[in-house]
Amino acid sequence: MLEISNLKASVEDKLILDGLDLRVGDGEVHAIMGPNGSGKSTLAQVLAGREDYRVEGGTVRWDGRDLLALPAEERARNGLFLAFQYPVEIPGVSNAYFLKAAVNAVRRHRGLPELDAMDFLKRVKAEMKAVGMKEEFLYRSVNEGFSGGEKKRNEVLQMTLLEPKLAVLDETDSGLDIDALRVVADGVNRLRSPERSMIVITHYQRLLEYIVPDRVHVLAHGRIVRSGGPELAAELEQKGYAWLTGEADQARPAGAAS
Amino acid sequence: MSAPQVWRDAFAERAEALPGARLPWLARLRGQAIERFADEGWPTRRLEAWRHTPLALLGEQAFVAADGRAEVAAAVAQLRREAGDPEHWLVFVDGHHRPDLSTPGSLPQGCQVGSLAEALRQDAQGLEALMGSADEGSSPAALNLAFAADGAFVRIGSGVALEHPLHLVFVSATAEAATHVRNLVQAGANSVATIVEHHIGLADAQTLATIETRLALDRDARVTHLKLQRESEAGFHLARIDAQQAGGSVFDSHSLSFGARLARTDIETRFAGEGCEALFNGLYHADGRRHVDHHTRIDHALPRGTSREYYRGILDGAARGVFSGRILVAPGAVRTDAVQRTDNLLLSAQAEADARPELEIYAADVKCAHGATVGQLDEEALFYLRARGLDEAHARKLLTLAFAGEVLERIRDEALRRCAREILLARLPGEERMEESYA
Ligand SMILES: Nc1ncnc2c1ncn2[C@@H]1O[C@H](COP(=O)(O)OP(=O)(O)O)[C@@H](O)[C@H]1O
Ligand SMILES: [Mg+2]
Repeated sequence: MLEISNLKASVEDKLILDGLDLRVGDGEVHAIMGPNGSGKSTLAQVLAGREDYRVEGGTVRWDGRDLLALPAEERARNGLFLAFQYPVEIPGVSNAYFLKAAVNAVRRHRGLPELDAMDFLKRVKAEMKAVGMKEEFLYRSVNEGFSGGEKKRNEVLQMTLLEPKLAVLDETDSGLDIDALRVVADGVNRLRSPERSMIVITHYQRLLEYIVPDRVHVLAHGRIVRSGGPELAAELEQKGYAWLTGEADQARPAGAAS
Repeated sequence: MSAPQVWRDAFAERAEALPGARLPWLARLRGQAIERFADEGWPTRRLEAWRHTPLALLGEQAFVAADGRAEVAAAVAQLRREAGDPEHWLVFVDGHHRPDLSTPGSLPQGCQVGSLAEALRQDAQGLEALMGSADEGSSPAALNLAFAADGAFVRIGSGVALEHPLHLVFVSATAEAATHVRNLVQAGANSVATIVEHHIGLADAQTLATIETRLALDRDARVTHLKLQRESEAGFHLARIDAQQAGGSVFDSHSLSFGARLARTDIETRFAGEGCEALFNGLYHADGRRHVDHHTRIDHALPRGTSREYYRGILDGAARGVFSGRILVAPGAVRTDAVQRTDNLLLSAQAEADARPELEIYAADVKCAHGATVGQLDEEALFYLRARGLDEAHARKLLTLAFAGEVLERIRDEALRRCAREILLARLPGEERMEESYA
C-alpha cells in the first residue's frame, strides 16, 4: 500500500508538487494523466528518490515505511521501480553487466542467492524475447544509440527482471508505435498480481485500452484535481483538460478530438 | 641533498665501475651528460615544459645507490601471475638485471633479448647509434645517460615476428635509492613485437627512478610499447620514451600511469620516413596529493603520416594531472592526418587537470583535429544506476571504469588489457565487488 499525503516538492526553488494526495492499494493499477508540465515526472522522480527534487512537505508511506527516508538504491532493493521517461545512456557499461548488477543487488537484499552468469543469461534472454529485444542489445552499452522505442523496451525488460512491488511507469508509451505499445502493455499485464501495485503515467488514453486501470487521476498544478474509474480516461480524451484545470483549451491531451 | 654538485661527485666516484666504462665513446658521452646535468640541475618551473611539474622536493632529497640484490621474489611472482604468466620475462631490481628472477623464454631466430650492462661489457655492435646523446630531452634524461648502468637490450631481426609480448619488469625495491635504467630496442625492417614495461615500487620511503626507453623502428616495423607504472606512493618516476620511425613503420604507445608520488612520462616519436603511423594511448589515475604528468610529441617530419592520440585521466583527492600533447607538422609533410583527444574526469572538487594541446602546423593539405574536455561523473547516470539498486560506491566505480574503458579497449592483447583493468579497479575507491564483465 502506497499512501501519499499532502506532498509538496520543488525543483530549483520552484514549487512543482503542491499538496498531492494519492493512495494506491496492493494489486491496484492507477493511471495518472495530466497536461505537460503539470508535475507527473516530478512525482515519479520524488518517489524514486532523486535528490535534485526537494521535498518541502507531506509524507509518503509505503507498506508502513517512511519512503522518503530511504535513499534511492534502498527503495529499488525494496521493490520500487521507476521506468524513466528519458532513460539515460551510459557509454562503456554493457547492458548485460548493468542488468545483472541490478538483478543481483535486489536478490541480495531479498536474501536470495545471486544469479551466476549462466543462470542470468538464460533468464535475461527469455525476458528479452518476451519484450521483442534482440540479444545483441545485451552487449551494447546501456541505452547508447538505442532508438526511443528500444529504450522503452529496455525499461520494460528491467521491470520484468526486477519483479518490483511497486512500479511507476513514466510515459513509457510515448513515441511508441502500436506494436511497441502492446509490448509495454503485455509487460505490465504479465506483472499484474494481487501483491504488486502500479502507477502508469500516460499522456494518451490509447495505452489504457490495453492496461485497464483500477483508477484514473488527473494531475494539474501539482495536485490531483480529479479521480475516477477507467471511464475518466475516455472523458479526458473527448474533453481535454481545460475543464479541470481552468486553463485555455491548449491543455488538451494529444490525440484528443477537437 | 641531491643538488647537481652532489650528483657530479657521485659520478666521479662511480664512473669507473659503470659497465662499459672502458669504451671511449661511452665515457665521453657520460662525461657530456653529467656536465649537462651539473650545469642545468633539475628542471625548474621557469621552464615552459616543466611549469606544472613540482620537482623542488627532489633537490632536497638525498639518494643512495642500490646494488640490485634486494629480496623481491614474492612480489615479482605475484606480478607475474597478474600479467598472465608471460612467456618472455626480464626482471631488473633497483636498476640491475636479475637473471635469477628472469625467464627470457624461447625466442625466435634473429631475436636478441638481454641486459644492457652485458651488451656494454661486450661492446655489442650498433650500441653507440642507439645510446642517444647528452643533449636530448630535459636534464633528467642527461642524468639518466650518465648513470644508467643497465636496462634491456632488445634486437628484433628483419622480418621476425615476436609472437608473445616481451615483459620487462623494473622494481624500485630499496628505500632512498635512486635508480637509472636505459632500454634500447631495435626493430628490424618488417619485424613485429610488443614490449611491456612494468614499473613497481616496494619501498615505502622515497625513491627516484629515471628511465629512458629508446626505440628504433626500421622500415615497416610494427612495435607496440606498453608502460604500466605502479611505483609506490613515495616514489618519483621520471621516464622518457623516444621512438624513431623509418618509412611505413607503425608505433603504438600505451602509457598507463597509476602509481608514484610524482610520475612524469615524456613520449616522443619522429616520422623519419613517409607513411608512418603512431598511436599514443594513455590512461592515468592519481589521488591524494599525487602528481601525474605526460608530455608527448609527435613529429610529422615527412608526408603521409597518421597519428592518433587519446589520453584520459582520472583525478581524485587533491591530485593533479597534466597532459601536454605537441604535434608538429613539418613543412612539406603533406597529407598528414593527426587526431588528438584528451579527457579528464575529476572525482573530487580539489582535483585538478591541465591539458594543453600544442599543434604546430607548417604544411598545407593536412588534417589535424584536437579536443580536450574536463568533467565529472554524470549525475543522471549515477541516479539511474542507483534507481536500479546499485549502491553509490558501486555506481561511481562502474562509471569511472567505463570512462577508462575506451582507453583500455585500444590495448589489443587481451591478457594485458585485463591486467590493466584489474589494476585500475583495485585502485579505485569503493569496496563494492564488481560483477564479472560481459563487455
Ligand atoms: N530538473 C528540472 N529543472 C528545472 N525545472 C524542472 C526540472 N524538472 C522539471 N521542471 C519543471 O517542473 C515542472 C513540471 O515538470 P514535469 O514534472 O517534468 O512535468 P510533466 O512530467 O507532467 O510533463 C515543469 O514546469 C518543468 O519545467
Ligand atoms: Mg514527464
